[in-house]
Amino acid sequence: MSPTLRRIALVLLLALGAPAAWAQDLAAPLQALVGDDLAAKGEAMEALARTGDPRAAAALQALGDGRLFQRKSDRKVVIAATTRGGALTDAATGAAAGSATAADLDEANLNNRLRRQLSGLLGSLTLTLGDAATRIAAAESIFKTRDAAALAPLTAAIAAEKDARVRRAMETARAAVVLVTDGAEAERIAAAATVGARGDRDALGLLLQAANASPPAVAAAAREAAATIQRRLVMLDAAQNVSYGISLGAVLLLAAVGLAITFGVMGVINMAHGEMVMLGAYTTFVIQDWCRTAAPQLLDHSLFLAIPLAFLFTAAVGVLLERSVIRWLYGRPLETLLATWGLSLVIQQAVRSVFGPTNREVSNPTWMSGQVDVYGLTLTWSRLWIIVFAAIVFVVLLFVLKRTAFGLQMRAVTQNRAMASSMGIRTHRVDALTFALGSGVAGIAGVALSQIDNVSPNLGQSYIIDSFMVVVFGGVGNLWGTLAGALTLGIANKLLEPMAGAVLGKIAILVFIILFIQRRPRGLFALRGRAVEA
Amino acid sequence: MVTRRLLVGWTGIAFLAVVVALAVLVPALNLGLPPSSRFHVPTHIVVLLGKWLCYALLAISLDLVWGYCGILSLGHGAFFALGGYAMGMYLMRQIGTRGVYGNPLLPDFMVFLNWKELPWYWYGFDQFWFAALMVMLVPGALAFLFGWFAFRSRVTGVYLSIITQALTYALLLAFFRNDMGFGGNNGLTDFREILGWGVREPGTRAALFVATCVALAGGFVAARAMVVSRLGLVLVAVRDAESRTRFLGWRVDRFKVFVFTASAVMAGIAGALYVPQVGIINPSEFAPTNSIEAVIWVAVGGRGTLVGAALGAVLVNGFKTWLTGAFPEVWLFALGALFVAVTLFLPKGILGTLGGRRRRPVPPTPTPAESRAAAE
Repeated sequence: MSPTLRRIALVLLLALGAPAAWAQDLAAPLQALVGDDLAAKGEAMEALARTGDPRAAAALQALGDGRLFQRKSDRKVVIAATTRGGALTDAATGAAAGSATAADLDEANLNNRLRRQLSGLLGSLTLTLGDAATRIAAAESIFKTRDAAALAPLTAAIAAEKDARVRRAMETARAAVVLVTDGAEAERIAAAATVGARGDRDALGLLLQAANASPPAVAAAAREAAATIQRRLVMLDAAQNVSYGISLGAVLLLAAVGLAITFGVMGVINMAHGEMVMLGAYTTFVIQDWCRTAAPQLLDHSLFLAIPLAFLFTAAVGVLLERSVIRWLYGRPLETLLATWGLSLVIQQAVRSVFGPTNREVSNPTWMSGQVDVYGLTLTWSRLWIIVFAAIVFVVLLFVLKRTAFGLQMRAVTQNRAMASSMGIRTHRVDALTFALGSGVAGIAGVALSQIDNVSPNLGQSYIIDSFMVVVFGGVGNLWGTLAGALTLGIANKLLEPMAGAVLGKIAILVFIILFIQRRPRGLFALRGRAVEA
Repeated sequence: MVTRRLLVGWTGIAFLAVVVALAVLVPALNLGLPPSSRFHVPTHIVVLLGKWLCYALLAISLDLVWGYCGILSLGHGAFFALGGYAMGMYLMRQIGTRGVYGNPLLPDFMVFLNWKELPWYWYGFDQFWFAALMVMLVPGALAFLFGWFAFRSRVTGVYLSIITQALTYALLLAFFRNDMGFGGNNGLTDFREILGWGVREPGTRAALFVATCVALAGGFVAARAMVVSRLGLVLVAVRDAESRTRFLGWRVDRFKVFVFTASAVMAGIAGALYVPQVGIINPSEFAPTNSIEAVIWVAVGGRGTLVGAALGAVLVNGFKTWLTGAFPEVWLFALGALFVAVTLFLPKGILGTLGGRRRRPVPPTPTPAESRAAAE
């Protein structure tokens, strides 16, 4: 035989024969696992773990889960799908082996000592086998248990690890074990620093524990690391509250910006504005409901359909209200306030009659559910999207106001109605369009709110007073004022909440605004000039 | 001179006559006749009428500031409720050991919340005179403080309306808290006695009704005296042209603070008479909705007429009682339509429209620019 042929034969032999050979190697210890000799069972577990073979790991895992059996018919060791049987896999080869019920199988038993031994072995096995996520999870579990027996496999795994993230998790876990185990002081002090670098509440708990029950030098190092973490957590708490505040501010901005526009142009507080928000939310509900029955494939993107439709629908309702009621009341702002309040009652009751008084469920699309973790800050996707959405709405409105002819006319009417009128601007048309725009923006605010709040006939009422506060605080005729007002009130609200409780925080904000309005009766960003002087 | 002008005007005389007639007839027909008689007035009607008359007093107080001084308060319910709470605290202290827990000092809800001592602000409320003083003092002081800040910095128009709404909303949230010591969500209830008489006795009910009539008549005369005096003329001037009045040398803010405070005291008295008759006071009385409903009573009856405000309160509440009984789901439609219809078609209200020829002409409707300026 030529060398080449011999080599090919060798490769073939390896390719075909090697698994068989490994199966042979595994067969004996696997048989011991299902046997009755407990000492032999322990040794077999160790032997299997030493092989580093994925199939051995699977068998040990199954043993831990209670899914490892011996089939009564042919005494083969099998892994079942569940603890009561089901589809079977040959433990030695990994091949499918039919299915069976519990009556045909003998379960491999464990006692507590073996169970402990097994969990240690599994921990170190998964440290080297499996994908990155599994290896990190294994390191995490060692971090939590701080099992001294895991130290050796962990050290070995660190040496072999290539992935930097996994390696860091393992080093932290190792440091956690070292920190609580009696050993060289210098090593434990270094371990305290490593654990401290992790910087979360688990690490803090561990360090505080170590600070109480360690030699003085180690305790001091642990305390120092703990103090660093505590400082970081305080910062993180503040940042978390600010992030909640920004998200609340975005919601307030959405709800209030339409109000600010109509108030700025017409000097009219539209008490039915909250109901426009509510109608927008119900539009979302109706569209989602329609998608569910008519076009399920659109369900996840129904919001994109809901945004323009809610805008159009509420804008149409707004024009209707303006043309039928509000335009007869120009020049009488207080009467307009009462009339729009009456309209809000009618709209609310109408919705209650059509949809019922209970909450209607609007589901979150998949891309808006879940949360994201940024340096320890937890942000839900729905809140993030609402912030983004509010920003987009704000920028679009800013563009409309500053860069379009309609915006120019609107600003002219805001600043000096009489002068604008004499320059040929049809102020009543501007009023109607402004009202439509304000109502439409309220409608898309409703789309956003349907994602984070209950869609009920009272949805609008719960936001209307806050929206007024934003407008009064920020001043009218200037979108930046509304932005500043909404963000200030949102953040202040969320920062006060942990200190004073939700209700007291809210009261404090209201009292603050009542006092603030005394100082600046026209809000933060007041219009200046002759036109505003009474 | 003032007395003579007070008696001029048939509406005022008719109003007082009706109130006196009610004060005499209703208790007489309730107590004097057996229930089998055709003319017997059942006790629940006495209570209902008493409730409406309390609302009428609230409406008059609101008309005083809105109709005559142009201050649209969307938070007058707060003063009403504060007066009610002051009276409720007195009634709570009168329960004594007859409460569920039988604690001689602490009301039941405090025992339930495991409080050991009476909070300091509950001291003195076992005395009727002190409670009666607080009924006027607490709403008055709040209104004075609020008005002092608001009117001196010239917060007017819609801005003022919105912050009065914020005021009552803040109080609503505050009184919902158990820690405040006012019974939280449930408020104050389960009253037994007022001045030694059981609050559920027909005799006490009738006496409370008469007291309400007296307060209503007194409040009306006081408000009337205010608006027909020189003070009243300044108030109307402030309403119609605030800046001009200021430039003529009047201290506009002081007049406003005065009338706002006086009005709040009246609202407080109305609330205090309301609570023993309905038997409960809870934070929902602070709800902004209630205050806005009071505004529509005034608008329906006719603002700037005082009598009209009282009439509107009774009419709207009568309508509400009938409608919520007969067609409960229609009530909000009707109320909403009332708001729209009155502002659109009946801006002067019932009395203002009926008595229009007798009154001096109303100023022409200002142009949008003027009123916008007035609103700010």
